[in-house]
Amino acid sequence: MTGIVALYIFMLAAFTGYEVIAKVPVILHTPLMSGSNFVHGIVLVGAMVALGTADTTLEKTIGFIGVLLAAGNAVGGYVVTERMLEMFKSSGANKGGRSKGAH
Amino acid sequence: MPAFLSADLLIQGSYLLTAFLFIMGLKRMSSPVTARSGIVWAGAGMLLATLVTFLYPDMTNYPLIIAAIVVGSAVAWWSGKRVAMTDMPQMIALYNGMGGGAAAAIAAVELYRGGDHGLVTMVLAVAGGLIGAVSFSGSLIAFGKLQGLIKRSFRFSGQQIFNLLLLVVALALGGMVALHLNASPAIVTAFFAAALLLGITMTLPIGGADMPVVISLYNALTGLAVAFEGFVLGNAAMIIAGTVVGSAGTLLTQLMARAMNRSLGNVLFSGFGESGGGAAGEVTGSMKSIEASDVGVMMAFASKVIIIPGYGMAVAQAQHKVWELTQLLVDRGVTVKFAIHPVAGRMPGHMNVLLAEAGVPYDLIADLDEINAEFETADVALVIGANDVVNPVARNDKSSPIYGMPILNADKAKNCIVVKRGQGAGFSGIENALFYLDNTRMLYGDGQKAVAELIAAVKAIG
Repeated sequence: MTGIVALYIFMLAAFTGYEVIAKVPVILHTPLMSGSNFVHGIVLVGAMVALGTADTTLEKTIGFIGVLLAAGNAVGGYVVTERMLEMFKSSGANKGGRSKGAH
Repeated sequence: MPAFLSADLLIQGSYLLTAFLFIMGLKRMSSPVTARSGIVWAGAGMLLATLVTFLYPDMTNYPLIIAAIVVGSAVAWWSGKRVAMTDMPQMIALYNGMGGGAAAAIAAVELYRGGDHGLVTMVLAVAGGLIGAVSFSGSLIAFGKLQGLIKRSFRFSGQQIFNLLLLVVALALGGMVALHLNASPAIVTAFFAAALLLGITMTLPIGGADMPVVISLYNALTGLAVAFEGFVLGNAAMIIAGTVVGSAGTLLTQLMARAMNRSLGNVLFSGFGESGGGAAGEVTGSMKSIEASDVGVMMAFASKVIIIPGYGMAVAQAQHKVWELTQLLVDRGVTVKFAIHPVAGRMPGHMNVLLAEAGVPYDLIADLDEINAEFETADVALVIGANDVVNPVARNDKSSPIYGMPILNADKAKNCIVVKRGQGAGFSGIENALFYLDNTRMLYGDGQKAVAELIAAVKAIG
């Protein structure tokens, strides 16, 4: 990938990120921050390549820590985001669903 | 394998699909109706990208890779499943810090290896390493503060200058490495040490109330670091996902700061969040208390009740009781709405999560702009666990530190009931003028117990 192509990708992705978030209601700010936190867990693939090509013990140690942290970012980010979003229901959906509270 | 289906094509094609799934996932997460499916889409993309990466050519150390993934995933899964909803902000900080640390680790492997990279690649590797390391240690401090592990705000005179010097040192060391002037392991180590220290000293003086903005900022920074390391590795999925998070995170950070009526610079460099503004203008009048039974009658025969929940409600675990009370009132024909201030809870949207956990449907919940005009027609405004966000001094007292912050107009309701544990001031230490108004009554007691009494009072009416 040439440098200028990478720059185009960078620019277009930056606009995309802005546009995707721009119209988000406040109620979803926390889940969305958590969701975007999950998305940068893609660092896992980079960490895998770094560890996969490591030669010395130092490189392997750092690479191992990198994959460990990245996997934590991806999995933890997914679990907490999913838990939060699972709870968002409209009153229509709620009536048919689980009954809440002690009546 | 046929020639046109090389491993490289499979990998690149899968990364393209992953980028598509991430963007569509985030898009779906921006509406409450589709939000749930959004994270599933993004999750599918992540799984795909991880699996095809095993096909990367010339890779070794597979046992190490698999061991690290299994251990990291298991610990994160376990901790993510059992964290309480009230603790969600610090958990996001922790996972975010791990991502930043991973980006820094990629940079470290590249820099220690001292490969023959061009100037641009080296600069990006160093920049990603710096940002990732700052995000890592800074996020850990943010986690420690919100979790209550770090109780003090460490401030000393000349702190900003110290941080600036530290940044200059880190940049100088990074510059030496990037320009191939001296890329010895000792210099690389010193560079990362300076970056990690900078993350710590930058975050320590910031108060707990401002932490959400800081976490959001570090989230954006981690995205940027991931994108930079993506350039270094020639990995398009990392560039796209990292950049999307970087720009989306920057926008989210701005939205949060604006909701708190603070500028980002103010959050990072002033250290208000905890110290409070001290005594603002004198408040006249007295607080008048009321009994739960009287409030029950008032609410049961009202036509419209607006509930203003705050973090205090969640701490008292009163949200389930509040929803039970709401259902009782709705059954009697009372219109009940929830008014959420943009910074209710620990971060924007946190209160919505906490109410959703109790089963409150999101269409009963209104944000500040939607609901503020409605307070004048409300018979009762029930403030539970909220304080600064309903303080009228933000409207008219220029000497107050919260002057200019948009507030919920609870004082405009015919009756305002404040559920409060004791007579003390709020999180920011600012006296609340609302409590002294003629139409305000204080219902003292623990949030959960007070609401249980209200439920009993409404039920007693029959």
